[in-house]
Amino acid sequence: MPSDQVNKVNSAQYKKMVEEQAPKSNIGKDCLMAFLFGGSLCVLGQIAFDIAKSAGLDKDLASAVSSISLITLAAILTAFNVFDDIGRIAGAGTLVPITGFANSVVASAMEFKTEGFVFGTSVKLFVIAGPVVVFGTVFSVIYGIILLILKAMVVDVGL
Amino acid sequence: MMYVKAFLVGGIICIIAQILIDKTKITPARILVTLVGLGVLSVAVGISDKLVQFAGAGFTTPIFGFGIALGNGVKKAIAEKGWLGALGGGLTATSIGIGAVIFLAVLIALFAKSKDKS
Repeated sequence: MPSDQVNKVNSAQYKKMVEEQAPKSNIGKDCLMAFLFGGSLCVLGQIAFDIAKSAGLDKDLASAVSSISLITLAAILTAFNVFDDIGRIAGAGTLVPITGFANSVVASAMEFKTEGFVFGTSVKLFVIAGPVVVFGTVFSVIYGIILLILKAMVVDVGL
Repeated sequence: MMYVKAFLVGGIICIIAQILIDKTKITPARILVTLVGLGVLSVAVGISDKLVQFAGAGFTTPIFGFGIALGNGVKKAIAEKGWLGALGGGLTATSIGIGAVIFLAVLIALFAKSKDKS
């Protein structure tokens, strides 16, 4: 397109052009894949939990074992650069389970290795996963403060 | 039976997130943060135990479960340690998972390299 023509593209036309160029997502297929992958990962988590529980661990530790199993699986798939290929098909199916969290940290660690271990990897480890950790912690402290206030007002909150 | 329920519930949570990603302009990071917040909220309103009893890993494997662990951790820590528990309880309860992620990430970065994104 000649440059004088480019200038004549107004914002409405531009928006239309962008929409035409943007990859079409097939929501039905995306949802089916998210369901299958997400559901399967939860079953894997449940299997790990049940094994840990039958080995004599309490509920909290068995939960931790279940998380670590999926974290390790995601970390290994990320190390071999295959997680992204699976993620492209699975969408939210691998993003929403704890595998997505593990992948984002491990992938950042690998990617920023080029900037050095201290200023690359260790600084940018949570460049993607940061919000989940930060907001999660903040939410939990807010909840804790609310519990303390309720307790001070002698409301029975099960403490 | 637990496996079927875990599959269905976990799968449905992922479908909801997928619809939000495809049909709205909400970024995945915000969706994940919201799910964590809902997890904490489910503890606050007292339904998290019932949810986990019903579908187990279907609720705990999605990042929603990170929120449940944070909320339960705070509640337990306040009961055991008093007001300081409000600050540390969430991280204490999730420390095993976070420790595992950090350790594995650094370990893997020693050996593995990301593929060229071309």
